[in-house]
Amino acid sequence: MDFIDPHLHMVSRTTDDYETLAKMGCVAISEPAFWAGFDRGSVDGFRDYFEQLTAVEARRAAQFGIQHYCWLCINAKEAENVSLSREVIAMIPEFLDRPGVLGIGEIGLNKNTKNEATVFLEHLDLAIEHDQLILIHTPHLEDKYQGTRMILDMLCDDSRINPDRVLVDHVEEHTISEVLDRGFWAGMTLYPVTKCTPDRAADMIERFGGERLLANSAGDWGVSKPTAIPDLIFQMRRRGYEESLIRKVVHDNPSEFFAKSGKFAEPVR
Amino acid sequence: MKPRSSETILDQSYLETRAKLLEIAAILDRIDRAKGSQRKLSGDAANRREQLTEAINLLLGESPDRAEQIQKLFSRQYDPDWRAAFDLMPEHASTSASESRES
Repeated sequence: MDFIDPHLHMVSRTTDDYETLAKMGCVAISEPAFWAGFDRGSVDGFRDYFEQLTAVEARRAAQFGIQHYCWLCINAKEAENVSLSREVIAMIPEFLDRPGVLGIGEIGLNKNTKNEATVFLEHLDLAIEHDQLILIHTPHLEDKYQGTRMILDMLCDDSRINPDRVLVDHVEEHTISEVLDRGFWAGMTLYPVTKCTPDRAADMIERFGGERLLANSAGDWGVSKPTAIPDLIFQMRRRGYEESLIRKVVHDNPSEFFAKSGKFAEPVR
Repeated sequence: MKPRSSETILDQSYLETRAKLLEIAAILDRIDRAKGSQRKLSGDAANRREQLTEAINLLLGESPDRAEQIQKLFSRQYDPDWRAAFDLMPEHASTSASESRES
């Protein structure tokens, strides 16, 4: 089955991974800007990173017939440096008109601090000023519930935000209903130890249905599996799900959401 | 989609569940062996061990949302007034959204 991985950090993956993904049915990837494993020291470090996201990765993916899209931001882990964050936010518009840029992301919280919230709000201003889609990172483990609620507060308290243009990622059993009930799109990350297994993702699909629900691997430089979406497809088939529901979650929903950017081209075989 | 029966799910998941329970049992045994007969866990370790016990107790309940309950057990508390504490009040307030917030 053709699928789209809406959250995959290919700058951290090998070219072999692109080939494997293509062989397994991946037709498009969207890659949010994220933490490199170390704090970058200057705005030029981010400028180079955005060049890599918007130009280099698109070429690398195209070798295997995969469409590559991306999102731009300074991530929450580096938001404690508010002055650098503001320099990066001021620089991002240099890249927003590039063809593969879907919006601002993955912005959010990490340890739910005041500086992180300040930088998150300034990213929202940037997205609204430039009419961009928004991709949200919710925190990990014990910080997820609190951080997700704080993020939803900031989004819902802003009259300029249209929930239908926001994807809130890394939802789990204790956060998914708040996200969907408030009209946002929700992403489930298949990261077996710290986030969600294919089995638990299938459980959430059973409980909440397939509307506005996406699945991703969030593969990166850590222990992760870029081919996790085929695992979910396999799990859903084992449970006897209709092919149309599986395709909705792994292909049609990301297509529909990304199309709101005006830059996404439906992959055609 | 034809929903699977409870019997089918149990049959398909039985060995996997049995294996996971054994893993938990073995981990708890390992912790106990390492701390010896006299020494008790203290501080953060004691709190985390207590959380695991609470999680195991949640498994014994009849509630249909055990996974969600365990997630919340391992979560930090949410304070709906956090914005005031951070002095980050909304600049573009949405009346309807604010009204719908949980108090």
